[in-house]
Amino acid sequence: MIRGLVRFLDQRSGTAPLVRKTLRYLFPDHWSFLLGEVALYAFIVLVATGTYLALFYQDSTVQVVYHGPYVPLQGQQMSEAYRSVMDISTTVKAGLLIRQTHHWAADVFIAAITLHLLRIFFTGAYRKPRELTYWIGVTILTVALLEGYLGYSLVDDLLSGMGLAIGYGVALSIPFVGANLASLIWDGPFPGQHAFFARMYIAHVFLIPALIAVLLTLHLTLVALRHHTQFRSRRATERKIVGVPLYPGQTPRSLGLFFAVTGVLFLLGGLAQINPIWLWGPYHTYTSTNGAQPDWYLGWLIGGLRLMPGWDFVIGKYTVVPNPFWGGALFPLAVFAFLYLWPWLERRATGDTRYHNLLERPRDAPVRTAIGLGVLTFIFLIFVAGSADRIDVLFGISYTAQIWVYRVMVWVAPVVVGLVAHRVCVELQRGELVERDRERAEEEAAVAAAGSR
Amino acid sequence: MKRALLTVTACALACAANAEAASPLVVQGKSLYGRYCLSCHGANGSGVAPSRKIGAGPGRAQQQQNAVAPTLRGVGALAADFYLRTGYMPLQKLGLQPRRSRVLFTQEQLGALTAYVASLGPGPPVPTPHPERGSVATGLHLFTDHCAGCHQVVAEGGYVTGAVPPPIEDDSSTQIAEAVRIGPYVMPRFTTKAISNRQLDSIIAYVQYAKHPDDRGGWALGHLGPVPEGLVTWLIAAAALVCVCMVIGKRLASRG
Amino acid sequence: MGRARDLLVSGALLLAGRRRRRSEREPTVPPGASNPRAELAAVLLLLAGGLCAVAFVAVYALDRIPDQTQYLGLSLGLSFLFIAAALIVTGTRLVSTEEVEDDYPVEEHVTEQETIAQVVADSGNRLTRRRLFRRALLAAGGALGVALLTPIASLGPVLDVDPFYGTPWKRGRRLVDETGRPWRASDIEERDFYTAFPEGADKEELGAAVVLVRLPKNDLRLPAENAGYAADGIVAFSKICTHAGCAISLYRSPLFAPNDPGPPALVCPCHYSTFDPATGGTVLFGPAGRKLPMLPLRIDGRGELRAAGNFDGPVGPSWWGVRLRGAHA
Repeated sequence: MIRGLVRFLDQRSGTAPLVRKTLRYLFPDHWSFLLGEVALYAFIVLVATGTYLALFYQDSTVQVVYHGPYVPLQGQQMSEAYRSVMDISTTVKAGLLIRQTHHWAADVFIAAITLHLLRIFFTGAYRKPRELTYWIGVTILTVALLEGYLGYSLVDDLLSGMGLAIGYGVALSIPFVGANLASLIWDGPFPGQHAFFARMYIAHVFLIPALIAVLLTLHLTLVALRHHTQFRSRRATERKIVGVPLYPGQTPRSLGLFFAVTGVLFLLGGLAQINPIWLWGPYHTYTSTNGAQPDWYLGWLIGGLRLMPGWDFVIGKYTVVPNPFWGGALFPLAVFAFLYLWPWLERRATGDTRYHNLLERPRDAPVRTAIGLGVLTFIFLIFVAGSADRIDVLFGISYTAQIWVYRVMVWVAPVVVGLVAHRVCVELQRGELVERDRERAEEEAAVAAAGSR
Repeated sequence: MKRALLTVTACALACAANAEAASPLVVQGKSLYGRYCLSCHGANGSGVAPSRKIGAGPGRAQQQQNAVAPTLRGVGALAADFYLRTGYMPLQKLGLQPRRSRVLFTQEQLGALTAYVASLGPGPPVPTPHPERGSVATGLHLFTDHCAGCHQVVAEGGYVTGAVPPPIEDDSSTQIAEAVRIGPYVMPRFTTKAISNRQLDSIIAYVQYAKHPDDRGGWALGHLGPVPEGLVTWLIAAAALVCVCMVIGKRLASRG
Repeated sequence: MGRARDLLVSGALLLAGRRRRRSEREPTVPPGASNPRAELAAVLLLLAGGLCAVAFVAVYALDRIPDQTQYLGLSLGLSFLFIAAALIVTGTRLVSTEEVEDDYPVEEHVTEQETIAQVVADSGNRLTRRRLFRRALLAAGGALGVALLTPIASLGPVLDVDPFYGTPWKRGRRLVDETGRPWRASDIEERDFYTAFPEGADKEELGAAVVLVRLPKNDLRLPAENAGYAADGIVAFSKICTHAGCAISLYRSPLFAPNDPGPPALVCPCHYSTFDPATGGTVLFGPAGRKLPMLPLRIDGRGELRAAGNFDGPVGPSWWGVRLRGAHA
């Protein structure tokens, strides 16, 4: 039966050799290589659930009065976009499940990419010949952040509307051209024309998913063409790859991971409430609420915005750098520049232009580990600073005092963490050398003892 | 000593003047006032300007503090009822924001103190709101306009520079009405001109709803939005999926 | 006919769990020990997954179930998880997971690279003026590229930032509330804050919403450029924060000054920029780099509040030219 099918396909496409090679493609046998797959499967869930939602959503900012089943919003004015998402959440059967699964999938997608990126970075997998793969991956991350932002802003609820206003403020703050850029995107000053929502919608359901799909395909193709990296072992070397074949060994495991990711996402989608827009209410430019935050993957930016002291950088009458630029635009730009430039920086600093198929453990590259952990600490502390107000509400620690502490800590702590990390790596390496010496000495002693007997 | 004598004389004269008006409740309240409130709020609720040092006292932190408190004349039963039943007063530590805390008094003592403060001057009585007559929809709209900026749209509390507007989950309808009419600490004060009693009924109806709102999506995560959602993403979803990866990718026993 | 019979027999044999007739070719997947317990576990897990999927359809169909979203998620999620478990059991215990060795692909293909480079280089051997040709190609391509990108400018008035200075306010315009009712000066009380809009304007415009507070006249310390902006102690400011554009919906209104953290202040909930209404909206705390725009007020003959002009500066977040000009109607 299978023979018949394979024969049919090969006669019509000539791909049997390619399929045979693919089936025997070897996967390294370590759990950390599955993190990228988690992201991929979350993306598949996103596309599937997103397509479903797009069949119900209306990207219109025309104001209507609500007469649906949710009592606290009866008689309230809202956009058609918000009302359509209310309908999905209250009236469409399984609508809320799909919507919540979609939103959880977005959060998990970016979390998985981040974990995957950390693994890639701290094991040196981005080195030659995989720089291209790495840059494509960083681009996917950048684009995914924008995609998530647009996705939850389409709903036009109070929280995401405030987020859009802040996005507008950051766009305006770009030196020289900020207002022109914002005028282009919003078709005039905020809140813009009806066309702005149409643009967000098309970007979110078509342009960016297509871009991510293309980038993903390139990314996976490059991984396959150059083959995965692997950790060093007795059999695995720079020339020899050791692993589990795609079929039959890896397939059930990867499929199992796919089903596990989907299962976890649907469980969350049904059991854990996310973005309950009926509680926030619709957005108006003249309303706001305390405790508004962006989704987690943009939380580092709100920290950056809150930590900056209050000045616009002015020369004469020209506002060269309005305040939000530093925390909202320069900070993420710097982080992404660091990510993109890192392979080149490392190559310049170490002079290492060789081909690398083997990974290094973090301790084998103390400087990289130290710098990576330092930058991570910097980002993480700014991220935590963004929640300082809720920490004041929960634990009574003064917000203003926290801001001052963070302003100092975000520069001091990364250096400390980097130095400590470097030290730990070096000590671990030394410890291993000592261990190896000890083992060799014991072996020799055993041999000598056996010989003398 | 001289000050104490003057105080006693003044009290005696005042008492003599009000002899026919003072009920037993007011008298009891006055004696409680003398123990718990006098050192900050002064004789007859006259208020105290800053700088007088006071030490430990019933319900107060055990250290030297600078006494300072507003006058209580004309605040009425409304204010006394609010501050005492929430435990805002007596203030543990002067200079800090009054917070909901232990209530030191029995129901009878509360009644007495309230009656005494009410007797200090004409003021508003304890309000009697009727949230059942209000509309939750109108309440949400009004709450978003007037209250959500500080208290968060689902009344989970928030921050304003230098103070922490508390979550409203423990407040009774009466206390909500009282707070709105007083504007305690740095909260704005909304009179009936700004928020009519009918509108206040709707706001209270909404706040009562917000204590247990529609959580049709599942576990509510505190109604705070993206911050707890992010924690769930990392501490539950990502952790679970990493565990799954570890199970799947378990290294086989090496075969040399 | 015989073919169909063969298919039926082999199908039946499969279902009965007996091993198939071994093929004559050598096995390419190395054999391993069988694991009946794992097989049973996998089958049971698959059945459980199937049952949960059926449960999902049932829950979907039954409207009267409360917490329907939770049961839908539970059933569908568990279905996937059971199948995932079955697949993982299969993958770790029922199929060969022999580690195999192979070679990494070649680092590079030097000969092919050179051939490609040579072909490209030789392709132009009929041209006599290569540089000119190349430059012409580049010029044409570049110009065409710019031309194709030009319609992007239609997305919005990219060159015209004049609307950023515009607000719907002008001298004499009445202040109304959300329902359109005019604000009277006597409505505005101390220790409270109010939202007002220009009569007849679109409320969603950033320049529309203002926040009103009344301060004791002795507490007002307006700078010279805002002299006369207050009406009977009532001051009006743009409700849109000059930092990043959120609505300023917090009013820190101290009851008893000596015990309170600061003077009356308008605060933004996004990043806690704090503005002082008594001094014309100056920034007391937070990342805002520009004071809050102030609207001059006057009280008309009927006691209603009217604007006495436009804001003392453009509203909303700062941009390059925000200090170049004033606001206009």
